[in-house]
Amino acid sequence: MEFLSRACAGGAGIDYFLQQLVNGVTLGAIYGLIAIGYTMVYGIIGMINFAHGDIYMIGAFISLVGFLLMSALGITSVPIAIAGVLLFAMIFTAVYGWTVERVAYRPLRGAPRLAPLISAIGVSIVLQNYVQLAQGARVKPLQPMVQGGFTFSPGGEFHVTISILQIMIVLLTLSLMAGFTYLIQKTPLGRAQRATEQDRTMAALLGVDVDRTISATFVIGASLAAVAGLMVTLYYGVIDFYLGFVAGIKAFTAAVLGGIGSLPGAMLGGLLIGLIEAFWSGYCSIAYKDVAVFGVLVLVLIFRPTGLLGRPEVEKV
Amino acid sequence: MTQPVLDVSNLSMRFGGLAAIDNLSFTARGDHITAIIGPNGAGKTTVFNCLTGFYRPTGGSVRVTHDNGKQFQLERMAGFEIARKARVLRTFQNIRLFAGMTALENLLVAQHTELMRASWYSVAGLLGLKPYEKATRTAMERARYWLDRVGLTAQANNPAGSLSYGLQRKLEIARAMCANPVFLCLDEPAAGLNPREDQELVEILLELKREHNIAIILIEHDMGVVMHISDHIVVLDHGACIADGTPAEIRANEKVIKAYLGQDDSEEDG
Amino acid sequence: MARGLSLAALRDAAAAGIVAGLLALPLLGFRLLDSAQGLSLGYRLSWVFYAVIGVFLGRLVLNLIGAKWAARPRSTHHNAAMARFTPSASQSEYIAGWAMIAIAFVLPFLPFVDRNVVDRMTLVLIYVMLGTGLNIVVGLAGLLDLGYVAFYAVGAYSYALLALNFDLSFWICLPLAGIFAAAFGVLLGFPVLRLRGDYLAIVTLGFGEIVRVILINWQSLTGGPNGLVGIPRPSFFGLEFRAGAGGFADVFGLAFSPAQRIYFLYYLILALALITIAFVQRVRSLPIGRAWEALREDEIACRSLGLNPTTIKLSAFALGAAFAGFAGSFFATRQGFISPESFSFIESAIILAIVVLGGMGSQIGIVLAAVLLVGLPEWFRDLQQYRMLAFGGAMVLIMLWRPQGLLSRRTPTAKLAEAGSS
Repeated sequence: MEFLSRACAGGAGIDYFLQQLVNGVTLGAIYGLIAIGYTMVYGIIGMINFAHGDIYMIGAFISLVGFLLMSALGITSVPIAIAGVLLFAMIFTAVYGWTVERVAYRPLRGAPRLAPLISAIGVSIVLQNYVQLAQGARVKPLQPMVQGGFTFSPGGEFHVTISILQIMIVLLTLSLMAGFTYLIQKTPLGRAQRATEQDRTMAALLGVDVDRTISATFVIGASLAAVAGLMVTLYYGVIDFYLGFVAGIKAFTAAVLGGIGSLPGAMLGGLLIGLIEAFWSGYCSIAYKDVAVFGVLVLVLIFRPTGLLGRPEVEKV
Repeated sequence: MTQPVLDVSNLSMRFGGLAAIDNLSFTARGDHITAIIGPNGAGKTTVFNCLTGFYRPTGGSVRVTHDNGKQFQLERMAGFEIARKARVLRTFQNIRLFAGMTALENLLVAQHTELMRASWYSVAGLLGLKPYEKATRTAMERARYWLDRVGLTAQANNPAGSLSYGLQRKLEIARAMCANPVFLCLDEPAAGLNPREDQELVEILLELKREHNIAIILIEHDMGVVMHISDHIVVLDHGACIADGTPAEIRANEKVIKAYLGQDDSEEDG
Repeated sequence: MARGLSLAALRDAAAAGIVAGLLALPLLGFRLLDSAQGLSLGYRLSWVFYAVIGVFLGRLVLNLIGAKWAARPRSTHHNAAMARFTPSASQSEYIAGWAMIAIAFVLPFLPFVDRNVVDRMTLVLIYVMLGTGLNIVVGLAGLLDLGYVAFYAVGAYSYALLALNFDLSFWICLPLAGIFAAAFGVLLGFPVLRLRGDYLAIVTLGFGEIVRVILINWQSLTGGPNGLVGIPRPSFFGLEFRAGAGGFADVFGLAFSPAQRIYFLYYLILALALITIAFVQRVRSLPIGRAWEALREDEIACRSLGLNPTTIKLSAFALGAAFAGFAGSFFATRQGFISPESFSFIESAIILAIVVLGGMGSQIGIVLAAVLLVGLPEWFRDLQQYRMLAFGGAMVLIMLWRPQGLLSRRTPTAKLAEAGSS
């Protein structure tokens, strides 16, 4: 096929390789944050939250509104603005996450398995068209806010650049990861989540407020997606209402690759997907980068359906 | 013509470090009802899963010999082939019927392989050709026979999931019978049945052996049923065989009494 | 008691209003304005106010009218179980089915029906055909396929490429397109059919996207994003629908009208859809059809009875794909032009929604759902932008209203005459 002959013709030096590595890690951090939302929801209700990609898109839009609001309020300090927008985006996106669960999932608990999937696809369509109507279909650009970075030239004429923004994205992701790992493992909410995951009926009988726990899961997933949305807004500087769909599938791929239900797995999966995408784009073909990612998904599911860090599942007979 | 035989030799099944079955050997004869008993967690259902292809044993072999001398190494066959070729059929501890389909349809699905062949992989079926029509009639006859035999004729058109628990157990046996077994493995067929249903079950099993020449292997906790109908009992504990013999021998076996029967009998009967 | 109830309703409505306000504030309350200097922020906080009031009043009315409505979803599980066990009222469905076919046949001659209506119904029938095909995979075999549009695309492109490059007629290309799509289904299905429900869904979704990306990028074959143009239109036994000597109108002594082709296409897809439906109805009661349903009910039990899950799944996948291929080639010949845009995920979502809304396995349900989801929105084409919003909203509401779909009774594939059906 045509793309195979065109593919994999790259082959630059070590600096080019390192640059793709840096880009891939940054991208991977963003995918990882979205993937956590998928993995947590899947863990707790055993269903794909189909609207999650769009929640991430909503997060990006709310972040953009937030940045403009900050400058309208006269806040010029970049760190304060980013912190403010982070809070703003996480809170308001969380409301969207909560609403998705409330509208599309909760009333259909116990209904045939496909029913919530269809209603979630419906919500996804609604969210995309709502943003398109409310904010217009055109791509929204944002002036670069965080500039500067470090440039290395480890040999050769090509330089490797690590921008401050990339460092910020990776650090923020790492600290959020640490925070949520703590939340899941040590807090009562985390315990309630794990209990609900294991056996919803039993958890309810033992006094866990299942409704609230599931809501909290959606809220946490949405606020992490909001952070990813904020990062992507800063990183690429352009967003549109269709952004959530492909990112959503890739993040789900990341969640599956890492082992669905596993938080570190989601992060690892995100990282791998980011790297695959960056290297495939860098060395092979940008046009087929999505094909590469889905190809990986298929291979993983065939040869290791439980993902890299997932628990193996013994078939009960 | 020889008797069909099921030969289990040195069977082992490990999950990680845990040995669920450890070097188990026994033989089940085609004219016998063989019972596998043992305390909870002894590995009984795991043995069934190895016999019927749901687990691939980590060691040992399971060989089935039909009365025409044909032999099958079950540990090397895919699950569906064991049912189709070696004709070892099974039921499940937690009943697995096609709940949304009617009782009759459940029995027709069990005859899938023959019907599929008769419908020339659907071509003859689509065209409504004679051979397929004939095969359908035969299949319906067999289904009707077994529905009648387990007392389900009146409910033939009801979804299997809407039947009472006892009837579901019987339907599952009837379904396995429609698939034309040489060996029939029953995983706790009497669980959850009331005394009257217990009695009916015993009659059905004895009739299967007597009139249909079916070799039965069953896992059962109800000692009344086991001692009454079995010709041969294998006792498992911790994945290993601790006794093997006739009901009378088992009743007198010290090890069995210690491991199983003597130890708080009332609990095991429940 | 009533006072307490209305107070609770008020409180609930107020909460809903507040949530609506929070939802609306960032995205409705502010508007991103593009300009030469970059983005700036516009304000329309009044919209937030309308949203709050609208949701508050709407929720209040809902609460007051039906405390029942709110309670309803809680009992769905019970209903779901019962609905499947209710014996079918097959008699009335039988009559309704034939009535629908009769209406479909005389539709173009009804007084209030014009060309546009016939054209829209043609589109509806394409979706009936697609829904019926996908129903084999999802409704009968229980395999969740979110990439069904890929087979539709393979069918459309095979027809277009065969017709354009080899000058083959529609009637030769149609079966070929179906065969290609089916082969494609087997090719894709083979590695992924071992996967469990949701994993299968996401992999098929991925495949759907891969096919679309390849269609966009394989310029030399598919024409890339611009697609393929000038796809030959079907002819009536060799007579083309054109003005002048030798055309359909000329031979039959009619005055030429472009509507003739539209009517012809309508009857063509009606025939294709009816063949599809008849085929699926027949196959359902064959061993293979029963095996599909058995597989949906319990794969482990199937294996224990000697059924080979892989071949059974593959046959469902391949047949479903073949029908998508047929529908795709009809689509290509109707449009005369195809591009990757027509085969995006949203199409898969619509087709799946038709199957699920129809009631997973009910043929009449599929027809009703296709009319509801494809036919009705076509009438609102002028409101282009709001159309998809309403479409998504309708998907959610219908699912909440009827989680089992519009018609969810199952007709048994075989009956024992002497057994009563209680």
